[in-house]
Amino acid sequence: MDASLTIALIGNPNAGKSSLFNQLTGLRQKTGNFPGVTVDKKSGTWPIDTQTTATVVDLPGVYSIYPKSLDEQLVTDILANPAHPDYPDVAVVVVDASNLHRNLLLFTQVADLGVPTVLALNMLDVAKSQGKEVNSVRLAMRLGVPVVRINARTGEGVDQIKKAVLGQLENPTLPGKLFFDPADEAADLIADTRTQYALQNNYLALQYIIQHDGFSFLNRVQQLALDAIIDRYEFNETAFQANETITRYKRIATVVAESVTDHRPIGEPTWSQKLDRVLLHPVWGYAIFAFILLLIFQAIFAWAQPFMDAIDSGVAWLNGQLKEGLPAGPLTDLLTDGILAGIGGILVFIPQIAFLFLLVALLEESGYMSRVMVIMDRIMRKFGLNGRSVVPLISGVACAVPAIMATRSIGTRRDRLITILVTPLMSCSARLPIYTILIALVVPNQRVLGVFNLQGLALMFLYLMGLVSALLAAYVLKLVLRTKERGFFIMELPTFKLPRWNHVGLSVWESVRAFVWEAGRVILAISIVLWVLASYGPGNAMQEAETRVKQELANAPADELQNKLASERLEASYAGHFGHLIEPAIRPLGYDWKIGIALLSSFAAREVFVGTMATIYSIGDGGDEAGVTVRERLRQERNPLTGGPMYTPALAWSLLVFYVFAMMCMSTLAATQRETKSWTWPAVQLAYMMILAYVAAFVTYQCMA
Amino acid sequence: MSKRSVADLKIGERATIQSFNDAVMSLKLLEMGCLPGAEVCLHCKAPLGDPICLNVSGYCLSMRRSEAATILIEN
Repeated sequence: MDASLTIALIGNPNAGKSSLFNQLTGLRQKTGNFPGVTVDKKSGTWPIDTQTTATVVDLPGVYSIYPKSLDEQLVTDILANPAHPDYPDVAVVVVDASNLHRNLLLFTQVADLGVPTVLALNMLDVAKSQGKEVNSVRLAMRLGVPVVRINARTGEGVDQIKKAVLGQLENPTLPGKLFFDPADEAADLIADTRTQYALQNNYLALQYIIQHDGFSFLNRVQQLALDAIIDRYEFNETAFQANETITRYKRIATVVAESVTDHRPIGEPTWSQKLDRVLLHPVWGYAIFAFILLLIFQAIFAWAQPFMDAIDSGVAWLNGQLKEGLPAGPLTDLLTDGILAGIGGILVFIPQIAFLFLLVALLEESGYMSRVMVIMDRIMRKFGLNGRSVVPLISGVACAVPAIMATRSIGTRRDRLITILVTPLMSCSARLPIYTILIALVVPNQRVLGVFNLQGLALMFLYLMGLVSALLAAYVLKLVLRTKERGFFIMELPTFKLPRWNHVGLSVWESVRAFVWEAGRVILAISIVLWVLASYGPGNAMQEAETRVKQELANAPADELQNKLASERLEASYAGHFGHLIEPAIRPLGYDWKIGIALLSSFAAREVFVGTMATIYSIGDGGDEAGVTVRERLRQERNPLTGGPMYTPALAWSLLVFYVFAMMCMSTLAATQRETKSWTWPAVQLAYMMILAYVAAFVTYQCMA
Repeated sequence: MSKRSVADLKIGERATIQSFNDAVMSLKLLEMGCLPGAEVCLHCKAPLGDPICLNVSGYCLSMRRSEAATILIEN
C-alpha cells in the first residue's frame, strides 16, 4: 500500500482526541508546524498492520468547520483543500458519547465534505454514568459510516479502529447522501460554483462561497470571482449558515433519538455542577484561585530551589574537574568559562519551568483552568484582555516564549495581540537571579512584623510591579488599538476529570524542550561570544595594558597584581570598549561601563546578566561558587568617583526596576514575530518596554541618589 | 415591553429559547447547541454576575452577559 497515508484525528475540544492520538502513536510522535502557519502540528507514525504504516495528524479541537480562531482555521484549510499535504486519506472523528448532539454536528460536516470517515465513540462510560446507552450498530446504519466504540484513556477499541480504517482505505464508503445538501436551498449557486472550480461535492462548493476569504489556497482573483457569484445570486451567508446548523441539529436529533436510550433523571445537578457552585462562588471562587496561585509561586520559588542548587553545584564541580584535568590554555578557558558556564545558565532554569508547567498542565487537564477564565474574564476585560489571557500571563512567570505560544486559543485578534505585547512584563524566571543577587546586596535580611522577610517582600514588590505594569500597558493598548471585531467568550465548561499523567508528562517535557532548544541556543551563543569579547582586544591593547600594570605594580603582592591585571585586561578588551562606548547613555541611570557590558550582553537574554557579572568580576579569580562570589565582589566594588561602595541602594534599585520593564530577550521577540507574522509588533514591543525601562530606572536612580 | 433574554434569568431558572437578535452571534450559539426550542437553565454566575454558565443540551456553556442578552426566550 501507499507509504504516505495520512489519517487525521478530528473532534470537539475535550472529546479525547489527544488521548487517542497517544494510544495510536505511543512515543513515535513529533511536534512541528503546519506549513505556512504557526499552529503546533502533532503527528506520529501508526503501524496499522504489517504492511501498512500511516502518519496520524492530531488536528486542533473544533466545534464546527466554521472557524472562530487561528487554530480552528487550520482544520478547515486542510479539509477543504484535497491538495493540502496533510489532507487525510481517512478522518477519524472522535466524539464524546455523553454529548452526542453537539459532537455529531462536526462529524456530519466532515462527512459531507467527502472525506472517508470513521466515527470513534469515546466516553461511553461517562454517558453510561449519566444514564445514556448508545446503540453503535444502529448509529452506524443511520450515519452510513463505520462506528467504533473506544475508551481513549485505556486504549480499548484501538484494534477495531485499525479494522475500520483499513476498511475505509481499501474501499472508501461515504454516506449515501449529504446530511445537509446546500443544493436543496440554493441549487443554481452551488451548480455554478462547482462548474467554475471543478468541485466534486456540493458541500465543498458551499464552503468556497462562505469561507473563501479565509482560504489561503485560493488566489485573489479566485476570491473576487466568488464574491461576484455571491452578489449575482444575492446570497445571504449568515442566514444560510444559521439554517444549515439548525437543519443539521434536527436530523442529528432524529438519529440520536433512534440510537440512544436516555434514562437520565431530569434536572439533577451532576457533581461537576455542584463543584462549580463553589469554584465560581463570589468569595470562595477567588479565594481558591488565590490559594492555587500561591501554591504555584511556592513551587517555583521554594520547591524548585533544591533542584536548582544541585544543578548549579553539579556544573561548578564539572567546571572545576575540567579546569584541573585539562591543560591550561585558551581552549580550556573557552570550554569551561565560555561553553560550560553558558550551558549551566540554561539548565538551572529547568526545575522552575518544569514545576510551573506541571501545575498548569494539571489545572488544564482537570478542567479547572476554564473556571479560572470565567471568574477572571470580567476583570481582565476592563484592561483590554479577556478571560483566556490568564493562562499566558501565569505562564509568563516562568518563561514568556511558551506563554506567547499559549495565546493562540484567544479567538479575538485584538485581545490576543494585546496579551502577546504585555506578557513579557510578567517577571519571568530569567529575571529571578538578577533580582536575588541585587536584593541580597542592598536589602537587609531581617524580619518585619514578625513574619515577613524584608528581602521576600522586596521580591514580591518587583513581581507585583510587573503584573500591574502589564495590566496598565494592556489598558493603554486597548485605548490605542481600536477595533470593530467582536469578541466571543462562548466557551464549553468541561466536566471535571482526573488528569491523565501521560498528558501532563508530555506537556512538561514539551515546554522544557522548547525552552532548552529555543532560548538555550541563544544563551549559549551569547556566552561564547561574550567570553571571546572579554578575552581579546583590538590590536595589542591587551598586552600593552598587561605590561603597564606589571611595571607599575612590580613590587606589589601577587594577589593584588592578579586582580589589577584582570580588570585592566577587561577594560582593554573588546567588551570593555563596548562598555565605554555606551557609558554616556546609561550614566543618568547610575551605571558604569562594567554594568554597560552586562546590559549589552543580557540584551539577548536576561539570564546572561549574572553570568556576565561573574565573567567581568571574576576573570582571574579561583572558581568558587559563582553566586556568592559575585555578590561579595559587588559588595567590595568601589565607586571611583566617590570612593564609597559602587552598589548603593539607588544603583541596585535602578537596575532592578530596569530589568522589571526592559525587553531583554531575543527569543521572546522572535516568538512575537512568529505569532503576529509581522515585524511591526516585535518592534513596538521592544520600543515601548525599553522606553518604559529607561524612564523608570532614571526616575528611580535620580530620586534615590 | 422588551423581550426577556437569557441574561435576565435567575440562578436555577429554566427557559426555552425562542430566537436570536444578533445574526452573527447566533451562528456560534447555534453551533454550540443553543437551538430555538431548546431548554436552557442558568446554572451559575461568575462573581460580579458576568460571565454566566448555562446548562444546554446536556452540558455546561459559559458566555458573557452581553452574549446571553442576544438569546431571546419564550415568556
